[in-house]
Amino acid sequence: MGILKVHLWSGLRRFAEGAEQVEVEATTIGTMLDGLKAAYPGLAPIIDAGVSVAIDDEIVNGSRHRALAPENEIFILQKIKGG
Amino acid sequence: MAKDEYREFRLVGTRPDRPDGLDKVTGRARYGADMTAPGMLWGAVVRSPHAHARIVKIDATKALALDGVKSVVTRADFPEGLTGEDWNLQENTIAGERALYDGHAVAAVAATSRFLAEEAARLIEVEYEVLPHVIDVDEAMKPNAPVIREGVSDATVPEGMSPNVVRKIEFGNGDVDAAFAAADLVMEKSFKTEATHQGYIEPHACVGQMGADGKGEMWVCTQGQWYIRKMCSAVLGTEASQLRVTPSEIGGGFGGKTTIFMEPLALALSRKAGGKPVKIVMSRSEVLRATGPTASASMDVKLGMKKDGTLSGVKVEFRMQGGAFPGAPTEFALYCGLAPYTFGAVEAVGYDVIANRPRCAAYRAPGAPMGSFAVESLLDEMCIELGLDALDVRFKNAVVTGDRAAYGPKFGSIGFVETLEAVKNHPNLLAELGPNQGRGIAAGYWFNHNGETSVSMAISEDGTVQVSVGTPDIGGSRASIALMVAETLGIAYEDVRVNIAETGSLGVNEPTHGSRATFASGKAAVLATEAAIKEMCKRAANEWGIEPEAVEWKDGAARPAGPNAGQFPPMTIKEIGAAMGSTGGPISGHHESLPDGVGASFGAHVVDVEVDPETGRTTILRYLVVQDAGRAIHPSYVEGQYQGGAAQGIGWALNEEYVYDDKGRLQNSVFLDYRVPLASDLPMIDTVIVEVPNPGHPYGVRGVGETGITPPLPALANAVRAATGVRMTHLPMSPSKVLAALKAR
Repeated sequence: MGILKVHLWSGLRRFAEGAEQVEVEATTIGTMLDGLKAAYPGLAPIIDAGVSVAIDDEIVNGSRHRALAPENEIFILQKIKGG
Repeated sequence: MAKDEYREFRLVGTRPDRPDGLDKVTGRARYGADMTAPGMLWGAVVRSPHAHARIVKIDATKALALDGVKSVVTRADFPEGLTGEDWNLQENTIAGERALYDGHAVAAVAATSRFLAEEAARLIEVEYEVLPHVIDVDEAMKPNAPVIREGVSDATVPEGMSPNVVRKIEFGNGDVDAAFAAADLVMEKSFKTEATHQGYIEPHACVGQMGADGKGEMWVCTQGQWYIRKMCSAVLGTEASQLRVTPSEIGGGFGGKTTIFMEPLALALSRKAGGKPVKIVMSRSEVLRATGPTASASMDVKLGMKKDGTLSGVKVEFRMQGGAFPGAPTEFALYCGLAPYTFGAVEAVGYDVIANRPRCAAYRAPGAPMGSFAVESLLDEMCIELGLDALDVRFKNAVVTGDRAAYGPKFGSIGFVETLEAVKNHPNLLAELGPNQGRGIAAGYWFNHNGETSVSMAISEDGTVQVSVGTPDIGGSRASIALMVAETLGIAYEDVRVNIAETGSLGVNEPTHGSRATFASGKAAVLATEAAIKEMCKRAANEWGIEPEAVEWKDGAARPAGPNAGQFPPMTIKEIGAAMGSTGGPISGHHESLPDGVGASFGAHVVDVEVDPETGRTTILRYLVVQDAGRAIHPSYVEGQYQGGAAQGIGWALNEEYVYDDKGRLQNSVFLDYRVPLASDLPMIDTVIVEVPNPGHPYGVRGVGETGITPPLPALANAVRAATGVRMTHLPMSPSKVLAALKAR
C-alpha cells in the first residue's frame, strides 16, 4: 500500500495533533478514511457524518473503492450536495 | 470522455418543444395536490403558535368525537430511540417534548373531508409552557441566549461557546496578517442577510397510504422520491423497500423539496386509520412557517488589495443560523464566496448556529449567495476607493484551470475568465446611465454535484425509445436527456420519451439537487444508450453472420464497419426493434453509478438600477446573466435557469425576508406580505451562455441550475451603491431601508 498525504481543513487539525497534512497508508478512498479514523479517533464522528474528498482537481462523493495513489493531492472537505 | 470529436451536433444545442408543455398548458399535468384515491381521507396538522414552548398536554378528545374523524397522531405514535439525522427528521416532522419554532407540527388528524379535518385540528387542545426564544444568529451565539437544545454541538466547536453553536468550520492558507501589512488598502465590513424562502408556487402535497403491516404507497410532490422513502421509513420505523413512492409533476422546488415535512404524518395517520389513504396539502402559510427557508447570515469580511487591484489576503467570519437543527450551509458560503479569486492568504472561519426558526432546507446553491454578497460587496467598495474598474479587478484576480481554490483543492476545467470576457463584450455595458442610476457587477460560483444515479432505457417494438430516470424534472431535464439519447442513437428527438420513475423501478437515485439531473442522469442515460447500441450491433451481426466488432452504429442504424465486414444494407433501429422478439428478446440499456467528472460553473451578472430618492424604491433597468454551461443541451432551458436564478436573487436582494414579532412569531406568512418578485417588477433578463465544455461529461454538461442565484445579491448592492453612494450591508434593500440610508448620508 502507498503512503498518501491528506490535507485536513483546519477545524479538523486539532484531532490530528495540529497537522495540516497527515500521512496514511491506503490504496482507496475507503481505506484512506478508515486509516484516518484509526490513527485519529477524534476524526471518526466527523468522517462518519459525511465528507467529500477532493482528488487532484475533482471533488468526489461516495466512491469508497476509488483508487488513490501517492501522487494524488487529497483534501477532505465538508460534504457537498446542493439545492 | 467528452464527444468533442463532434463539434457540430445534430440535436444537442437545438430548442425543440418541451415534452411536458402540452400537459402543463392544458391542465393535464398532475401535481401533488391533484392525486386522489378511493376512500381517501384528508389530513390537517396542528402547529405550535409559539417560537419555543414545552408541550404540557395534548387532548384530542373533542376532535375524535366528531363524526368522520378517523385518526389522530402525536409524537407518541412514532418510534423512540432514533439518533442523529433520523432523530432530527422525526423531531422536525412532529415535536416531542418541546415546540422549537412557530409552526412546528405537534399533532395531526385525518377525517373524511378537508374542512372536517381542519375543524378537528382546531379542536385538539394543546397546553404549552412558553419558554424564552431566540431568532437572530448573533443573539443566539451569546452566552446568556436561550438554549434551543443541549448536546447538539459536534466536536469541532471549542469549549465555552453557547450550546446553540453546533459546528465550526475553519480553513486557510498563508499568513493573512503579513498579507494585510503588504497591501496598499485594507478594508473590513460586516454584512447581514435575512432568511428567505424558496418560494415555489406549488405547496407541499402528498397522498400517503400505509397498512398495519408497514407496506405503503406515497404520491408526492418532491425533488427526490428515494429520499422521501428513506426518510419516511426512518421516521416511522418501517422498511424502505415496503414503501413505494411516486413523484408528481413539480411546481418548483429549488432545494426545498429534497426533504420531508408532512409526508410521515400522512402515512402515520393512514396506518392508524386502518390503511385508508390520507391526503395533506399545505396552505401557503404552512409552507412559509414550517418548511425550509434558507439560513440567515451575519458576516465579517476583511480584504487586502494592492494599488493595481491584486488581492493579497482575505479574512472572513461567517455566522449562520439554520433554524432549530444543525445544517446552516456555512461551509458553502465560505467556499463559494471565496471561490472566484486567488487571494494570496486566506483565513476563513464559520459557525453553524441553531435558533427558534423552521429548519432550513437547501435553497439553490445553499449558502453561496450570502458569501458572495459579503465578499463581492467589499471587493466593489475597494475598487471604488482605489479608483479601479470593477471588471478589470475581477479579471486580474480570476481563478483559472489549475489554480488552487481558497478552500484547498485545485480547480479542474473551468470557464470563469471566458465568462468575464463575455461580460466585457456585452452591449449592456455601453448603455448610458442617468441621474440616480447605477451599474453593479458581481461574480458567483457553484460546485455542482454527482450523486447516486440509476437510469434504464429500452427500445420499443417500433424502434422508439423510452428512458426511465429517477431525478424529477424541475428544470428541463426530460428534454435535455431526450436530446442526448436521440443524439447518441441518431434518431429523432420526438422518438424518445423520458419518464420519471417511481422507487420500485430503479436503483436508488439522489434527488434532483446540486444541479445534477442533466449532468448525472444525462450521463447515465448516454452510457445506458451505448449499452443498448452494443446489443443492437450484436443483433445485426448475428443476422449478417459477422462478428459484432465488425458492426458500427451511425445515424440510427447498424452498419458494416468497413469494406472487410461485408456488403449489407443498414439495419435501422426500427427494423431491429420490430424483430427483437425473434432475435433474442427485449433490448435495453442500464447504467448506475456515482458519476465522476462533475464540472463547476462560474457566472457573472451586471445590473443597472435606478433608485428613487424620495421613496427608496429600486427599479431594475436592465439585467445581464453570463454563465458557463459547459454545453447547453437545450439552450432555452439553460436560459430559463439563468433567468430564474436571477429573479430569485433579485427577490432576496430587494424584498424578501422573514419578519418576526417580539414573541418569535412569523408575521408575513402569505405571498401578499412575503413579496417575491412579480413579472411586472422585472425587465427581460438578458442571458449569454458561455460554453467551456466539461471534459467529464459525454456532451460537456456542467449543470446550470444554481450558480445563477449567487451573483444577484452583491450585483444589486453594488448597483445601489453606484446609484446612491450608499453601501447597503443588510439585505433586503427594501425601500424603507434604502430611504433611511439615504437620509443618513
